[in-house]
Amino acid sequence: MSNTSNNIQRIERPNRTGIFRLSGNSFAMRRYRTGERVIHPFRVIVNKEMSDQIRSWRFIILLSLIALTCLASVYTGLSGIGAKMKSADSGNPFFFLLLFTTSDGTLPPFFVFVSFLGPLLGISLGFDAINSEQSRGTLSRVLAQPIHRDYIINAKFLAALNIISVMFFSLGFLVMGAGLILTGIPPTPEEFLRVVFFILISILYVSFWLNLSILFSVRFRQPATSALAGIAIWLFFTVFYNIIVSLIARAATPSATASAQQVAGYQEMILNMLRILPSQLYSDATTTLLVPTVRSLGPLTMDQIVGTIPGPLPFGQSLLLVWPQITGLIAATILCFVLSYISFMKKEIRSR
Amino acid sequence: MDQIIIELISLTKKYGSFTAVDNLNLTIRKGEIFGLLGPNGAGKSTTILMMLGLTDPTSGSVKVSDINSTTNPLEVKRRVGYLPEDVGFYDNYTGLENLLYTASLNSMPLSTAKHEAEHLLEKVGLGNEKVKKAGKYSRGMRQRLGLADVLIKNPEVIILDEPTLGIDPKGVEEFLKLIVTLSREEGRTVLLSSHHLHQVQEICDRIGLFVGGRLIAEGDIQSLSQKLFSEEPFKIEAGINLSSQKGADLSEENSINHTLVNSLKAVSGVINVEPVDNVLHIGCTRDVTEEIVRTIVGSGTGITFLNKKEYGLNDIYNRYFEGVENHE
Repeated sequence: MSNTSNNIQRIERPNRTGIFRLSGNSFAMRRYRTGERVIHPFRVIVNKEMSDQIRSWRFIILLSLIALTCLASVYTGLSGIGAKMKSADSGNPFFFLLLFTTSDGTLPPFFVFVSFLGPLLGISLGFDAINSEQSRGTLSRVLAQPIHRDYIINAKFLAALNIISVMFFSLGFLVMGAGLILTGIPPTPEEFLRVVFFILISILYVSFWLNLSILFSVRFRQPATSALAGIAIWLFFTVFYNIIVSLIARAATPSATASAQQVAGYQEMILNMLRILPSQLYSDATTTLLVPTVRSLGPLTMDQIVGTIPGPLPFGQSLLLVWPQITGLIAATILCFVLSYISFMKKEIRSR
Repeated sequence: MDQIIIELISLTKKYGSFTAVDNLNLTIRKGEIFGLLGPNGAGKSTTILMMLGLTDPTSGSVKVSDINSTTNPLEVKRRVGYLPEDVGFYDNYTGLENLLYTASLNSMPLSTAKHEAEHLLEKVGLGNEKVKKAGKYSRGMRQRLGLADVLIKNPEVIILDEPTLGIDPKGVEEFLKLIVTLSREEGRTVLLSSHHLHQVQEICDRIGLFVGGRLIAEGDIQSLSQKLFSEEPFKIEAGINLSSQKGADLSEENSINHTLVNSLKAVSGVINVEPVDNVLHIGCTRDVTEEIVRTIVGSGTGITFLNKKEYGLNDIYNRYFEGVENHE
């Protein structure tokens, strides 16, 4: 009897995200005053995830760890710059970038720190994304609300990505600001652009690890297992993979009488093996961007070098040089996300 | 009000070679309280998940107020409130915050949601606990918060999966009463699943018995036991000794049997008499053992043994619930 009124479909005002909400519920119309702002459910989830992450102890620990690292690298960068300032290097037009790449030898520079701590950050933000919801019994309850299933995984990813972005941009700009105040040398627009791209690539690198750990959080029921799986892969890539590559390299060393082509091919092979590593891609990309004098990421023949004028590359050329690396990182990130998306969509939603 | 609100048509769900739900047909009318009863692993939860569109059926269809759950789960989930088995909440949020989150997922404006949430918390008896973190809630409190969580979206249909699991008997009674009052007030349809026949039989209008993925019977308790035991709540097995009559040939034996059967059928309360070899299976509506013995002895036949069987709720249990669990 009241069914007719229920079946009247009404298109409501577009809300802030610009998505029309079709409402077939007469209760909704009767009870809700019009004109009051309603946040789209997807944004509700993203907001909640972000506030959950920020308030969690693990984020506070990671943030302080990375902030400390940042502080340390600013210190080493500044003392490194002090030494360089007196030397002949003072004519370097990219003086400001030295802040990110030099060190006085006691601690590694900023970008090395990021390549080391980035995976840890990514893994810890994502390793319990899905399985903790499931083990707490909240997943089936939330999915019984009128939302699409992929909202959950998209929101989890987006929330963590937002946090990483805000964190890296603010840290990067803080380092720049500190450098500006302490050295008194302002960055040129190109240097600024290079730093921004360095931050963007760092975010990309961390989001690769984030997606990998989200994938594990979908596959493994226990958060501990998925965290361990993520850390295992990280350790494998940072420690064991290099050992394996050097073993292969030793075995495949060309003889002393080998031709130049063979030696070049051998070098190329070793480099390609290393380029499977996301950390290798990341450090290749960031060094090229932060050290404009880097002209090539592979071996160059004498023919290629003859006639070159030693000097820094313009920004566009540096970016072009690392474009394959950036593409590789984006591809790896998307691959991990797609895999976790598919397995989450196919997942059987059971209570606990 | 005989409007159909949930309609399952030859619903089947297979996991590999295992059939969880087997060709299920069921209709639930508006305003009804329907109990889906069955042992663990009978496919109750799977059926519920298919109603919500959280799991796709292998074949068949589910419609909730004429909306297909598989193709349009969002509209269905807007109308259906679902309390999962062993519901969980965000432990670091208070009960109130948990409700507000659900409300905002349902696109409710904050001021309305807040008003509604406090009202509901009061109703389910958590008015004093609303600022307590959900992680500190007891099992029963969590279940009541779950009920408030279901009601905040003002659903037409409430689906509760094992709502009484893990609560003490007194709590169960209170909780079920709460469900009845809250749903009757606004004429909501309730579907609840349970493996505790005793607990839910009082509140359900109708019950569906669900075993091994199949609905073996449905109806109210009376019609259910009638259907299950073909109107023979009592059954008596009597072993008779025909060979005591020496020299009787086969046809004579049969005729004696016939007269005995007919005279037994004449006894008031006896519905059915079935001779199998030397044993008579006598079905009756009440306990008439005495008369039966008298009749048999009076006919000159010897009794070798007498076995009285009584059916009740416990037998529904033994027959359908515990038996299945033991086989697992």
